[in-house]
Amino acid sequence: MDLKDLYQEIILEHGKNPKNLGKFENFNKDAKGHNPLCGDKVHIYLKVDENKKISDIKFEGQGCAITMASASIMTELMKEKDEKDVNELIDDFLKMIKDNPELKSKLISDDDKTKLMSLSGVKKYPMRVKCATLPWHTLISAMTNKPGEVNTEKED
Amino acid sequence: MNIKDIKKEFPIFDNKVHNNDLVYLDSANSSQKPKVVVDRIYDFYTKEFSNVGRSVHYLAVAATNLYENTRVLVQKYINAKDPNEIVFTKGATEAINLVANTFGQKYLKEGDEILITELEHHSNYVPWHYLRKSKGVKINFADVDENGDISIESIEKKITPKTKILAITHLSNVTGAILPIKEIIQLAHSKNIPVLVDGCQGAPHLKLDMQDLDCDFYAISCHKMYGPTGLGVLYAKKKWLEELPPYQGGGGMIGEVKKEGITFGDLPNKYEAGTMATAQVIAFGESINFINKLGIKKIEEHERELTKYGEEILRKNNSVKLIGNPKNKGSVLSFTLDGVHPHDIATILDEDGVAIRAGHHCCQILHEKLGLPATARASLGVYNTKDDLDQLNNSINKCIKIFNS
Repeated sequence: MDLKDLYQEIILEHGKNPKNLGKFENFNKDAKGHNPLCGDKVHIYLKVDENKKISDIKFEGQGCAITMASASIMTELMKEKDEKDVNELIDDFLKMIKDNPELKSKLISDDDKTKLMSLSGVKKYPMRVKCATLPWHTLISAMTNKPGEVNTEKED
Repeated sequence: MNIKDIKKEFPIFDNKVHNNDLVYLDSANSSQKPKVVVDRIYDFYTKEFSNVGRSVHYLAVAATNLYENTRVLVQKYINAKDPNEIVFTKGATEAINLVANTFGQKYLKEGDEILITELEHHSNYVPWHYLRKSKGVKINFADVDENGDISIESIEKKITPKTKILAITHLSNVTGAILPIKEIIQLAHSKNIPVLVDGCQGAPHLKLDMQDLDCDFYAISCHKMYGPTGLGVLYAKKKWLEELPPYQGGGGMIGEVKKEGITFGDLPNKYEAGTMATAQVIAFGESINFINKLGIKKIEEHERELTKYGEEILRKNNSVKLIGNPKNKGSVLSFTLDGVHPHDIATILDEDGVAIRAGHHCCQILHEKLGLPATARASLGVYNTKDDLDQLNNSINKCIKIFNS
């Protein structure tokens, strides 16, 4: 496999200059995720309005390019989505990373699909799959108000 | 056999990784195996296999002799007084668990203290941790300094009248620090504190002499010594093996078994319950023969020269920050790159066939102290060359280019 497949421009760009990095004042949901094997950490902050729509989302974190890019692309995608759509997108992404060759959701534009598919390179690196999925599992945790930290070594 | 072209003794190097020659720089994790060791496993299973220490038929006697022969080879390799001071375990981890468990059971009580260091691998911390709950003991950590070193003074500072055992690494798998272990043991013994040395990184790279070191326990990982996985060695002074209770119960470790009670076998059988990793033990004998043929002093010299060369070229590379600058350094080169996470470094280097490790290397306490979530680590073995280190540096430069373009 060519390295370009994994470290495509999209990943490098988002990894180096992540979108939505930081914290905002009036968040009403948040969750932390940690991959103790790599030391990757993310903290996701959400503002979910009365219609269960994510009106704002940001994240703080430190980690490898894959984790940072995944969080960056995910937060871009989730803004202004309601709970149902958020769940559909998370489900679609996690299934793509696990088994599915493509993303199936009709909610994602071709442009966003390209971005997300850039992360599919981790499929061939089992040790790196957790880097790509950590922000997504942390988002689930934030949406469902799950107590405690998401830990990649305690899943499943 | 010459160290300069020793690579050809290791069949793994006949293979390509992503169409490149393999540059294996992960020996602190596990070393590659020479053909003699691999062949020995095949030969044993195809021509000589039997269980050891039980039956009296031809194969059983031959296998038992081969198995015990490795015990003597290990004894001589580490200059232990008696072959019965050599106990085979499933790994260095089990060796340390054996001591923590049996020593803890017999000698420790609430309020007692165990002294370890901030450099320790998880396998020389976690086994002791269980005693916190089961016995109410306290674990103290000797401070690592800014060079990634442990001084005798830092040990002395943490010794209290309640310190009952000191468990300490010989050679750090992250900073490469070779500790002044003989002086530390003398210090501990002057205060009647027994010492367990985690020799996982020491045994493959340094000349060992148990009688000179005078440590009470020394744990060895065989797969880091060009030997098979699933095997470790616990060296323990005979008096400890006699005094401590058995670790596991089962066949082979008993004397007489009656409904009313059980007596335990003689040393070292008392600590080798069940069918042992027979093929691995016998093959490990070939690992020691291999090391002896080259000479551990020659290996030390070769690796020291390479480490120096590696440090030189990495120091010249402005993007690389080497982690740890201990007084006496083993063949470990841990580093970070500005703006590139160690896992990204490892994945990019892998594409060139350069195998390094990234992460916390089972030393989370140390990484927290260093303020780093992870580091990248190139670690050397007898088969490495200056070309390998040049390739490492080239691939690091490629990595920097990818991330900074």
